[in-house]
Amino acid sequence: MARPVGVPVDLVIVGAPARPGWGTHLARFVRRKPLGAAGGFIMIVMVLTALLAPWLQTHDPIATDAAYTLGRPSAEHWLGTDHLGRDIYSRIVHGAWVSLVVGLGSTLLGSVLGGIIGLLSAYAGGKTDLITQRLLDILQGLPLLVLALVMSASLGPSVRNVIIAISIPIIPRAARVIRASVLSIREMQYVEAARALGVRHLRTAFRHILPNTIGPFIVLCTAQLGSAILVEATLSFLGMGVPEPYPSWGRMLSVSAAEYAQKAPHLVLFPGIAISLAVFGSNLLGDALRDTLDPRLRGSR
Amino acid sequence: MKSYVAQRLGIAILTLVGMSIVIFALLRLAPGDIVDILFSTAGYVNDSEKQAILKELGMDRPYWVQYLDWMRQIVTGDLGKSYRYDIPAWDVIRPLVPVTVELAVLSILVAVVLGVPTGVISAVRQDTLLDYVLRIVSLAGLAMPSFWLGMVIILGMVSWLGWIPPLTYVKPTDNFKAHAIQFMLPALAVGYRSSALIMRITRSSLLEVMREDYIRTAWAKGQAERVVIWHHALKNAILPVVTVIGIEFAFLIGGLVVTETVFNLPGVARFLVQAILWRDYPIVQNLVMFIAIIVIFSNLFVDMLYGVLDPRVRYG
Repeated sequence: MARPVGVPVDLVIVGAPARPGWGTHLARFVRRKPLGAAGGFIMIVMVLTALLAPWLQTHDPIATDAAYTLGRPSAEHWLGTDHLGRDIYSRIVHGAWVSLVVGLGSTLLGSVLGGIIGLLSAYAGGKTDLITQRLLDILQGLPLLVLALVMSASLGPSVRNVIIAISIPIIPRAARVIRASVLSIREMQYVEAARALGVRHLRTAFRHILPNTIGPFIVLCTAQLGSAILVEATLSFLGMGVPEPYPSWGRMLSVSAAEYAQKAPHLVLFPGIAISLAVFGSNLLGDALRDTLDPRLRGSR
Repeated sequence: MKSYVAQRLGIAILTLVGMSIVIFALLRLAPGDIVDILFSTAGYVNDSEKQAILKELGMDRPYWVQYLDWMRQIVTGDLGKSYRYDIPAWDVIRPLVPVTVELAVLSILVAVVLGVPTGVISAVRQDTLLDYVLRIVSLAGLAMPSFWLGMVIILGMVSWLGWIPPLTYVKPTDNFKAHAIQFMLPALAVGYRSSALIMRITRSSLLEVMREDYIRTAWAKGQAERVVIWHHALKNAILPVVTVIGIEFAFLIGGLVVTETVFNLPGVARFLVQAILWRDYPIVQNLVMFIAIIVIFSNLFVDMLYGVLDPRVRYG
């Protein structure tokens, strides 16, 4: 690890507490990265909404009301009702759960699988590495959405399958990031020392190298979360994502904009705003975390 | 250079073969096939009829025979028959290609025209209010699903201008103005998103170059700002931008799947969804391969372009 930058030398010598607590870190993050903090705030609100959905709802999100279809926003239905008379506010609140579970689930699954592949591939090096890279090229050569689309169609519609379908295109991207980071860590002296002490290969890889990739891993996850949420919305929009009765933001949008433009624009506007806010929040947070945890990547995409 | 191109082409072809195996396997894993779907719409199941149809479509053969048959078809240029339409797959795909290509080219044009100048402005005016506004606008572009943006554009056009989107595709030869509007709106929706990426990469790449010594020399010589930025700095900052444009062009196709659906354009991407739902294997596997070929070769093209843009890049 590099010498801590910005810590005065005399402080280190005297042995003053150089490790500030969580609160100090948080306060500094908010002060230095106001946009990132805003993103974090949006994500916290989203998580709370998802967890507290049953208490936040004003109506049953799947109950239809034939007498009150395409209702405008009112005191009774805050964001109006859809073409089946379902309350849009309650559906959006519950949609946060679907969006979060699928987004987080697929990001974690893809990043962990990709991370392990990247770790082993980089650690093994040589031919193994080369062949793994070519295999990952195959997965990465298709647009994320097209691959997720074919995957989701072949697995059939369910929450679990959508998570798997979205995680597959994330694997090669995660493997690349972790591989790059392992390649440099592998050459460090402490790894050589561990090997010289007779530590086995697998243990060296998982015990000594893996923990040091946690920074890039967190950056990777937050960076992928936004696109995973977007892909879920898109798949559901196309009718290949999360099935009924789960209220998904994407599927709430699968109505004809031209048809409802006059009668009920809220049907098109609100779910889209929810998706955009969620992705916006995770992107902001991801950018700020990347700048904080990985200064080498600062300013790049 | 020649051996490098040959090597890259070899790898590209191997990658494409790998993709064909993945796609083929994924489709065969899918529950249900065209025959099941036909019978479920007909509402009855007749086992001997089912076997007859499977045999007629060649789906009763072992998978590896079917795969080799598909490879033979690709090599000979005959893509087989669509299960659903019972006409050659190529006749189904061919009219869709120009629509998607036109939309993709327009979108990337929108993205470059919006993205590069705003990226330059943002870098030159770093940390000013203008920079913050442009960055937030571009972040918003990354956050909004392009299909939703398309819906909002339609919404706005309908409620303010009373414009109703045409329900069918308008040929440029029939009515050029209607055709232009029909394509410009989705191109804006898709291009805005890509422009955000291009803007960010232009900004960061230019910021890096602006700190170099030769730029300081240019300032010290008293060069005009316009010359320093557009002539000296941007020339060296453009390489990563070209990479992103290349990647984006390939990945635009993915974004088009939904945008074509929203705007009712008969393109490759929208048709892909239909074909997947119908388990129309000859159409799906050839369409996906078509997209894969575009992705691989646009990446290759970008790498080749490096040598032209930056003489320091040598291919070994």
